[in-house]
Amino acid sequence: MADLGVSICGVRLNNPLIAASGTFGFGREYSEFYPLEALGGISCKGITLQPRLGNPPPRIAEGKNGILNSVGLQNPGVDRFISEDLPWLSEQNTAVIANIAGNTVEDYCQMAEKLSDSAVDMIEMNISCPNVKHGGVAFGTSCESVGNITRAVRERCKKPLIVKLSPNVADIADIARSAEAEGADAVSLINTLTGMRIDIETGRPILKNNTGGMSGPAVFPVAVRMVWQVKNAVKIPVIGMGGISTWQDAAEMLIAGADALQIGTVLFNDPYAPIKICRGLSDFLDRKGLKSVAELTATIKPW
Amino acid sequence: MKKYDSQLFELVKKREIAPDIFDFTLKNGEIAKITMPGQFVHIAIPGMVLRRPISVCDVENDCIRIVFRIKGEGTRTLSQAKIGDKFDLLAPLGNGFKVEKGKTYAFVGGGIGVPPMLYSAKQADRAYAVLGFANKDAVILCDDFRAAGCETIVTTDDGSFGIHGFVTDALRDIIDKIDGVCACGPIPMLKAVAELCRENGKPCQVSLEERMGCGIGACLVCACKTKSGDGVEEYKHVCKNGPVFNAEEVVWNG
Repeated sequence: MADLGVSICGVRLNNPLIAASGTFGFGREYSEFYPLEALGGISCKGITLQPRLGNPPPRIAEGKNGILNSVGLQNPGVDRFISEDLPWLSEQNTAVIANIAGNTVEDYCQMAEKLSDSAVDMIEMNISCPNVKHGGVAFGTSCESVGNITRAVRERCKKPLIVKLSPNVADIADIARSAEAEGADAVSLINTLTGMRIDIETGRPILKNNTGGMSGPAVFPVAVRMVWQVKNAVKIPVIGMGGISTWQDAAEMLIAGADALQIGTVLFNDPYAPIKICRGLSDFLDRKGLKSVAELTATIKPW
Repeated sequence: MKKYDSQLFELVKKREIAPDIFDFTLKNGEIAKITMPGQFVHIAIPGMVLRRPISVCDVENDCIRIVFRIKGEGTRTLSQAKIGDKFDLLAPLGNGFKVEKGKTYAFVGGGIGVPPMLYSAKQADRAYAVLGFANKDAVILCDDFRAAGCETIVTTDDGSFGIHGFVTDALRDIIDKIDGVCACGPIPMLKAVAELCRENGKPCQVSLEERMGCGIGACLVCACKTKSGDGVEEYKHVCKNGPVFNAEEVVWNG
């Protein structure tokens, strides 16, 4: 049987499936279904230096094959994450990735320092959140700002640093190169695409924030294309995400160039999706005569 | 024993009890056994990315009963289900009404907010059911509440059935006879019921709804603004902290 384990920046994952930030909280709710070691890792709900209330509801809208969200980084703050959630999470035999977001470069640096002395395995820098007024995606849309923030955080971060990229940019491969050049240990992509839905009876947007971040099966082809482009642009590991909902999607994203995967929206419909995807992927690797996930990564044969 | 799980249920009984309002009986003994009054189920509907949260109306033996109104594409698809069809339900979810022994409660429902009150009303030693509807055609479940032993009062907005008026008009008449109120319905109704209870010093619990994602408290989308005793505001979540909240803690325009 094929080995589903993967290694990202020296961290060994049980399998390539990481729960995507914002869809899995800090893991407790999903541990009711299965032991969290069924996952390769958990990218925790995005945390900020200070606690955040988040945006007013409604915070979710549905589209054909996708959803929009505008949660706005509701979270208890980095200190409470470290004291209240991390002790439990770090005992679940799965890699723990802290996802950090901030208003300023200094916010990110301070959080990276605090987390460097904690039990987290990796830090994912969220410079692509479309739902907050300050910071968030603003850091992630130009090569210069991505380079600057990556350099600053890298200097003060002792954990492997993943930079999470926004798809709402002109050339995501250029952005990835900037992150790599300034010391990112890996990149993850794609964060959500900015979108909107409107109630035609009232003329009001469904989301109180008017716009939100789109995820789910509808964004999958965009994500596959971007993962392929980024893989061709950088040497550091690429964590692929965006609408993966079946083992076939997972295989496709790996073939496109992903070294590991994140899954999110599918969990809302099927909390057991990670188990099913792992089983399907394992059978697929066996059928193809491959001994590990790494043997499938970036095996795309472009025309 | 898990607190909740995603499992298949079989549709064993189906009836349209008013225009666009459906009464489904779904069978799964394992989940029915652990379902409490006021909780909800999160139903996966073929073709939809998101599940649909629907309150539990009643539990009988191996079955959960839900009553829902067609509101959009998802509930329309659900309404077309056939006997024997199987659905994936994530259940039971949320926290229900707290009903104490020996006390008298008024269970107040408005429109499609009526069904969630039935199983809860059955738990009370003495209960009034105050049920409000737009008109005669929309009236549902009155016989069920009577059969459950509730003194049942019906109001309609246009006077075509029962008392002409709102549930608050009927509730005001009995407020001295009760120890507390449990309510579910449109926000303006809940606000008015909460205000009436506050004026009369009666505890009031309200069941809220909000657009929902995961259903278990992980994704944080179904936010409800609340205020603690010392005035600190925060967003709690309908799926995990609710759907039932103490009316006093709800910030109605949040």
